[in-house]
Amino acid sequence: MAQKESQQAVERELTMSRAMVEAIGHEMREDDEVFYMGEDVADYGGIFDSTQGLLEEFGRDRIMDVPISETAYIGAAVGAAQQGMRPIAELMFVDFFGVCMDQIYNQMAKNTYMSGGSVSVPMVLTAAVGGTYNDAAQHSQTLYGTFAHLPGMKVVVPSTAYDAKGLMHNAIRDDDPVVYMFHKRLMGIGWMPAPDGPKTPVPDESYTIPFGSADVKREGDDVTVVTLGLHVHRALEAAETLAEDGIDAEVIDLRTLVPLDTETVLESVEKTGRLVVVDEDYRSYGVTGEIIARVAEDGLADLEAVERVAVPDVPLPYARSMEDEVIPGTDDIEAAIRSVRS
Amino acid sequence: MFEDMVTARYYEERLQEEYLEGKQPAFDISAGPIPGELHLAAGQEAAAAGVCQHLRDSDTVTAPHRPHHVAIAKGVDLNRMTAEIFGRRTGLSKGKGGHMHLFDPDVNFACSGIIAQGCPPAVGAGLAATKRGEDSVAVAFLGEGAISQGAFLESLNLAAVRELPVVFVVEDNDWAISMPKDRVSDVADGSRRADGFEMPGARVDYDDATAVYDAAKEAIGRARAGNGPSLLEVQVHRRMGHFMGDPESYRPDEDREAAQERDSIERLAADLRSEGVEDDDLEEIRERARDRVDEAIEWAKEQPKPDPEEAHEDVFVDPPSGVTTDEPTHEIAGGDD
Repeated sequence: MAQKESQQAVERELTMSRAMVEAIGHEMREDDEVFYMGEDVADYGGIFDSTQGLLEEFGRDRIMDVPISETAYIGAAVGAAQQGMRPIAELMFVDFFGVCMDQIYNQMAKNTYMSGGSVSVPMVLTAAVGGTYNDAAQHSQTLYGTFAHLPGMKVVVPSTAYDAKGLMHNAIRDDDPVVYMFHKRLMGIGWMPAPDGPKTPVPDESYTIPFGSADVKREGDDVTVVTLGLHVHRALEAAETLAEDGIDAEVIDLRTLVPLDTETVLESVEKTGRLVVVDEDYRSYGVTGEIIARVAEDGLADLEAVERVAVPDVPLPYARSMEDEVIPGTDDIEAAIRSVRS
Repeated sequence: MFEDMVTARYYEERLQEEYLEGKQPAFDISAGPIPGELHLAAGQEAAAAGVCQHLRDSDTVTAPHRPHHVAIAKGVDLNRMTAEIFGRRTGLSKGKGGHMHLFDPDVNFACSGIIAQGCPPAVGAGLAATKRGEDSVAVAFLGEGAISQGAFLESLNLAAVRELPVVFVVEDNDWAISMPKDRVSDVADGSRRADGFEMPGARVDYDDATAVYDAAKEAIGRARAGNGPSLLEVQVHRRMGHFMGDPESYRPDEDREAAQERDSIERLAADLRSEGVEDDDLEEIRERARDRVDEAIEWAKEQPKPDPEEAHEDVFVDPPSGVTTDEPTHEIAGGDD
């Protein structure tokens, strides 16, 4: 009977935001020390639906709207976490990190290290990332590389509802600071249509996805495509098109950047010999360079060809024609896969 | 002042129409001729018009993410601003900035989509004027939701200790997206924040453009005369959602209705009529504003869209040697087999 119920539950599909919220709600019910702080997270339910419905159940003391003062409330989350609480603080757009970066990278990320491990900061910093809706350079970045580059933060980027829930459970339970970056286009928000991919079956019960475990979202023999976030779906779309031409691409979703599952990438490259890395961050000094460097360090002999697809080093432009030009599209991924195959 | 206000109001009504094209029936923010977010300022015109009346082209204004009324009052090129909002090549920012990031150096206007972050650059403009011995001033506009930001408070302090010619104008529309003012600050009269920096603070209630004009005259006059910064808070109303598409489910109906009723433009029109201005004259101003706006929108829509490749330009003024701005080379790196 239990088996059957669980089977039914798994058939239930959720949007990524619902799945994320379900995990937060579950953890808040289990642990009174978990609370959520951010701008417009209470009555509004999060501009990107990251806290939809939580106010009704948990009230204003635990779903806390705060003044627009990121330095104060993200720093306060650090302080509460150091007291042993488990705050989740939301930075509405990751692009706003500039107004509060000291609290993030000099306090949240470093206090464990600087205290010689005597202080822990068990908090989650959530942030919306990504473009594709023409909001220009201050509201469209992903900045995966920035956070992953600075030591001391675990960095999580889900691409599906299933992953969003499992990774959120893990993030809240983790004793280290976790930056949980959700792509707006994947959330299933009323005013920003999502592609079909991120809406997946999600079990009712809680489950965790270990950090540092990449997911092979599509198996293939010819080319390894390593990506994350929105571009998992674009890569899968490219792979389906290429399959018609007899090119069999394997698509790996990194899911977490810190820790990074290098092993899964190396195993895949060993099989395919060809690597394409795709992300929505800037090309230089980012995720694409890091993945390629790791494969070069530990799997150079397997590597016959490599290419990266990323945002050229320009801020995100506003006009649609230019934004489409710089954010990698399915066609760009397709071209890169063909290119490493030739 | 009246003309600036009716121009701004009509401009936003027209933008709203254009913005909604292609976004319905299921609202899709990335569809239609005007992409991205759109923050309209209907109900806030009095603050911009009353303050900017006292400014010259050489004076600097920084505006927040809700900038159109301020831009119009400051004299930003309406055609090119509109082309920018439509994402066209001849727009103020060549289609790269969009509605939250309008820059018109001809009239020293700039804005930022990040709350309160226009304050420090305004202080910088004031500093430059002081260093050069010029009498120009800088005005930073921000919303009451931004008054908790470090950038705002730090800017007040720096302007105060350096006695810089800066006026901080807080447009208090009672709402920081979904947060009512009483949950953002325990200080109802935001102008009192000036006390902590030993600078003059004033507050104007009731969407009263004339009172804004008078208060701004004093503050800007003081700055221009070399007597340092001041803070001016102006009560305005947000007639729309925070952004187009905002369902405003957090906002009580009474509040929304009150915002519709308290109309600064009607208030000023009534004041003008009581001073003997004829209805015909007011209508003539409205008509002139409508013509100008319609022309700007028509012109903007005829402008060319940028070529995708233009996205790669303007990262630097002149790319210095060694800076990589090239397209990916698509060169294949090989292993050792």
